[in-house]
Amino acid sequence: MSIRERLSGNEAVAHAMRQINPDVMAAFPITPSTEIPQYFSAFVANGKVQTEFVPVESEHSAMSACIGSESAGARTLTATSSCGLALMWEELYIAASCRLPIALALVNRALSGPININCDHSDSMGARDAGWIQIYAENCQEAYDNFVQAYRIAEHKDVMLPIMICQDGFITSHAVENLEMLEDEKVRAFVGEYNPEHSLMMPGKPMSIGPYDVPAFYMEHKRQQAEALKNAKKVTLDVAKEYEVLSGRSYGLFEEYRLDDAEYAIVIIGSAAGTAKDAVDALRNKGVKAGLLKIRLFRPFPGEEIAKALAHVKAIAVMDRTESFNSQCGPLGAEVKSALFNARLQPGVLNYVYGLGGRDVKVEHIESVYDALIQADKSGDFSDGYRYLSVRD
Amino acid sequence: MAYNFKEIMTRPERLAPGHRMCAGCGGTIAVRNVLRAIHPEDKAVVASATGCLEVSTFMYPFTAWEDSFIHNAFENAGATISGTEAAYNALKRKGKLDDTYKFIAFGGDGGTYDIGFQSLSGAMERNHDMVYVCYDNGAYMNTGIQRSSATPMFADTTTTPVGSASNGKIQYRKDLAAIIASHEIPYVAQTTFVQNFKDLHIKAEKAIYTPGAAFLNIMAPCPRGWRYDPSDIIEMCRLAVETCYWPLFEVVEGKWILSYKPKNKLPIEDFLSKQGRFKHLFKKGNEELIVLFQKEVDRRWDELLARCEG
Repeated sequence: MSIRERLSGNEAVAHAMRQINPDVMAAFPITPSTEIPQYFSAFVANGKVQTEFVPVESEHSAMSACIGSESAGARTLTATSSCGLALMWEELYIAASCRLPIALALVNRALSGPININCDHSDSMGARDAGWIQIYAENCQEAYDNFVQAYRIAEHKDVMLPIMICQDGFITSHAVENLEMLEDEKVRAFVGEYNPEHSLMMPGKPMSIGPYDVPAFYMEHKRQQAEALKNAKKVTLDVAKEYEVLSGRSYGLFEEYRLDDAEYAIVIIGSAAGTAKDAVDALRNKGVKAGLLKIRLFRPFPGEEIAKALAHVKAIAVMDRTESFNSQCGPLGAEVKSALFNARLQPGVLNYVYGLGGRDVKVEHIESVYDALIQADKSGDFSDGYRYLSVRD
Repeated sequence: MAYNFKEIMTRPERLAPGHRMCAGCGGTIAVRNVLRAIHPEDKAVVASATGCLEVSTFMYPFTAWEDSFIHNAFENAGATISGTEAAYNALKRKGKLDDTYKFIAFGGDGGTYDIGFQSLSGAMERNHDMVYVCYDNGAYMNTGIQRSSATPMFADTTTTPVGSASNGKIQYRKDLAAIIASHEIPYVAQTTFVQNFKDLHIKAEKAIYTPGAAFLNIMAPCPRGWRYDPSDIIEMCRLAVETCYWPLFEVVEGKWILSYKPKNKLPIEDFLSKQGRFKHLFKKGNEELIVLFQKEVDRRWDELLARCEG
């Protein structure tokens, strides 16, 4: 029997960590992810886990210690947000290039400056090319479920890459929801033991990690990394299938909501998808064929599958919770448009920047996006294609 | 801990020959001699900050390291090896590992005094069972002899060049061993290549086999950066010690212990005059600069004596 609980997103992820009972956690507090290492420290202090908790003096050292630990064959994790992830920047690339399946619980928060503690996706979107797998959640249940699945994806022999499990700061991290947890033993059996093929501490088999790489090899190593990340797509689906058998909850690369016959669709990431689903329902009641595609796996980007799912749609609004400062699109906008282009599809696309620094997203805001889509489709004018939602001019 | 020079020097090399460090490099000598202090039956994981040592000993697909080795980045050898040590504790606790491993991080003064200072401070304060070894050659040698906070006053470096309006580096050098000792860790020592490596060996062995965090600051001359004949390295180290420029001491559980007191403290000119980076100090009209240098050496030496006697 699964366990019904009322938990915040941070608590849910901390419990997933407790159930996994990792070898090492190295973390430094930052709002809004601070609670995760706090809850976890309490699990350590009360003997609920056998994990070595390393209270480092910065996020840079958190990821550095994670790299030192995971290289030694220990299942390792951390949690952070915003500037904490930015301070890890250099290390994110090193973790990925060393093929270390570290798990990072990211609670999305706007990057400074100006300093702001609330949700947007500028932190993880900035790190999108670091070589990490990125999975996003709409709510606490998904944050929990994604974290339980994380190591099975990251540690798969065809992948061996670090994984970022993202949820929205405060909106899900601090909101208490009803959710279902699996029993501890089920989680442990599902995640399994970590027995890497190579590590720093295999008696009789010393190894060196982190070489100076010359032009004759560097490019091949990057290519191998890229292939491994590609493999993560299939593995994510395989793991989700197994997880569904265990939990009854179904996950894919993305979620399609009333998309089958939709004429107008929104592509969105994270908690605002819940709000957008309400807008879809309201529009459907008015006879508008609205639909939605919610990204779960952002890295690797399932471009072919997304293009296929959107092939029949007349016009698409891609919602970016970050600004890319390139004056033509946000990161999700760029990916979706690129995927459509590769599939030789040319629907009208509007790309919105929304919800920066915790700006509230309401049903009527999303409805206004669908209205704009319909209008642009009728007029055939998508020229003002990169816009801001609910912002003062 | 009796020191048997022949026995120690015939231990199997843990840093294999064939690496690309310069002839006469002090950093390499420091590393080889620290590693000789690991008991032959024990295993080690060695970490290195980015620098000459890393790029010259582990160029894909070749490694010179007989032990397991990890290079992460420039500023985080302390944090990296602390993570490895945490992994060791966790795996031991879970019964997944039987062997004994020792954890040693190496960094130059750039990776230690400067960019890696925070990471080092954190690792020391958390008191991981590890040794951090700084091979201090007094400048960023890997990138081409730029000044560091370990560079001595008046040294001619590529970012403190001597010119018509400059006598080289303006500031004194940071006293890192004292700063690390203030972390109240079990063992801190400063040494260099003197006494047939006896001082270095004994301190390295103590550092490695003292439970908790230990820090070794090893003066490791760089013939290119200091501009002296590579074959003179041992003389260079002797002069640094005999002039009290580089005192030998230990801080054991907070107690300061002087390892060596020269019978006749030599004037600092003896050390400076052998190095191209101080050539300008011996030009006519610059006598005052040497007086200033001597004054600072004396002040620090007296302070150290007071600490050790106090």
